[in-house]
Amino acid sequence: MFLTVIGALNEGFLQTLKLFAVTLIGAVPLGLVVSFGSMSSFPPLRWLTKTVVWIIRGTPLMLQLIIIFYIPGYVLPGGSPWPSGEAGRFLASAVAFIINYACYFSEIYRGGIQGVPVGQQEAGQVLGMTRSQIFFHVTLLQMVKRIVPPMSNEIITLVKDTSIARIISMQEIIWAGYSFLKGSHGYSGLLWPLFFTGVYYLVFNGALTLLFGWVEKKLDYFR
Amino acid sequence: MAILEVQNIEKHFGATRVLEDISFSLEQGQALAIIGSSGSGKTTLLRCLNFLETPNQGKISVAGKVIFDAADPATQRESEVRKKRLHFGMVFQSFNLFPQYTALKNVTLAKELLSQERPDFKQNKKAILEEIQAEGRELLRKMGLSDRANHFPCQLSGGQQQRVAIARALALKPDILCFDEPTSALDPELTGEVLKVIRSLAEQKTTMIIVTHEMAFARDVADQVIFMDEGVIVEQGEARQVIENPREERTRQFLSRYAEN
Repeated sequence: MFLTVIGALNEGFLQTLKLFAVTLIGAVPLGLVVSFGSMSSFPPLRWLTKTVVWIIRGTPLMLQLIIIFYIPGYVLPGGSPWPSGEAGRFLASAVAFIINYACYFSEIYRGGIQGVPVGQQEAGQVLGMTRSQIFFHVTLLQMVKRIVPPMSNEIITLVKDTSIARIISMQEIIWAGYSFLKGSHGYSGLLWPLFFTGVYYLVFNGALTLLFGWVEKKLDYFR
Repeated sequence: MAILEVQNIEKHFGATRVLEDISFSLEQGQALAIIGSSGSGKTTLLRCLNFLETPNQGKISVAGKVIFDAADPATQRESEVRKKRLHFGMVFQSFNLFPQYTALKNVTLAKELLSQERPDFKQNKKAILEEIQAEGRELLRKMGLSDRANHFPCQLSGGQQQRVAIARALALKPDILCFDEPTSALDPELTGEVLKVIRSLAEQKTTMIIVTHEMAFARDVADQVIFMDEGVIVEQGEARQVIENPREERTRQFLSRYAEN
């Protein structure tokens, strides 16, 4: 019995990790684009971006997931754009998570960029650097140093937030644990697999905490 | 012909006039000191020369070529401004070194990035970068910082940081080197080492504009002195004359306040 449960939980956790990784890969760069939008000197773009960030941060991720997964099927002439089965549920979840987390990241980035003294940019300018050279060679690392603590918070939250994808039946680890309560693999009414999922989250977030501590230490060589 | 010619520069922030009808010229190899109380527009003037502020009126010419004309938007295009800035070097009051790079990398970074635009960069990449490194080390040696090349800014004293900043500005071989109160952020015992470096640059006939509160230094090092008050040039002339025998009453008042301190 134990091995059956662990096997099912492993499979669920693999989905959890996949959603986590895909969300990071998408939201880390997209967040930068959004933060540039919210700092744009072109007011319409700035207001549009700020409105989007307000809506995404102001509504529950669970609601966004439901809307992204179900609404296109009703309004698009060709029906739901999502592939059928688990692949479609995963894709819809990934899109919702990437948009949601990009908006949160963008505000962290904005704080990090605006926290770099203006003299840094001016020093780059008088040395004849282009705007992108200043960003990538001067501002970026100083911004990264500033945002490590808030980003580690957000990323650890993301690990646990992946369980929200269960609302559209994505088969992540909570879904897998719960299935033993409802009845699956020939068992039903088993409560402990659901509680045991907590161990997976704890261990993984422990590893992430160590990683962020290491990154913070690595960036300790400058102030 | 003058290396720098500034004609009728005006700058306002909103309704506040910060610079009014500023005109002066500077010969190759000369040092110009700008003195005046805080808020007199000295720093804004330097920032205008470095394109960190855009004057509302006036013209700036380097070696006879107009590089900025408030009446001609073509001289203000972002892409060209970037190259024109290279006529000027800038040393800031608060150093503004890049904290994540070593002293040497601070000196060489801009030049390395600029060299990527050279047509032969791809073929000679290694040789070009090595040459830039060697030049950087040589500049640090001149600043008396050979043993600090691989230190990060946070490991250096204020005076050492400012000397790295001077080396960084010199690395691009600007026509005119600008100093914005280079010792104002330093503890008194550290100003000497920075002033010594500037003095030796003057002896080597580096063309410089120095905004400073060090009157004795201005008198000894500069060829010309400009005294500014409330955004206008009150008096300009030969350094010793302006500081020791000012013609204008306002200059006299300003200098006498210094003598008291």
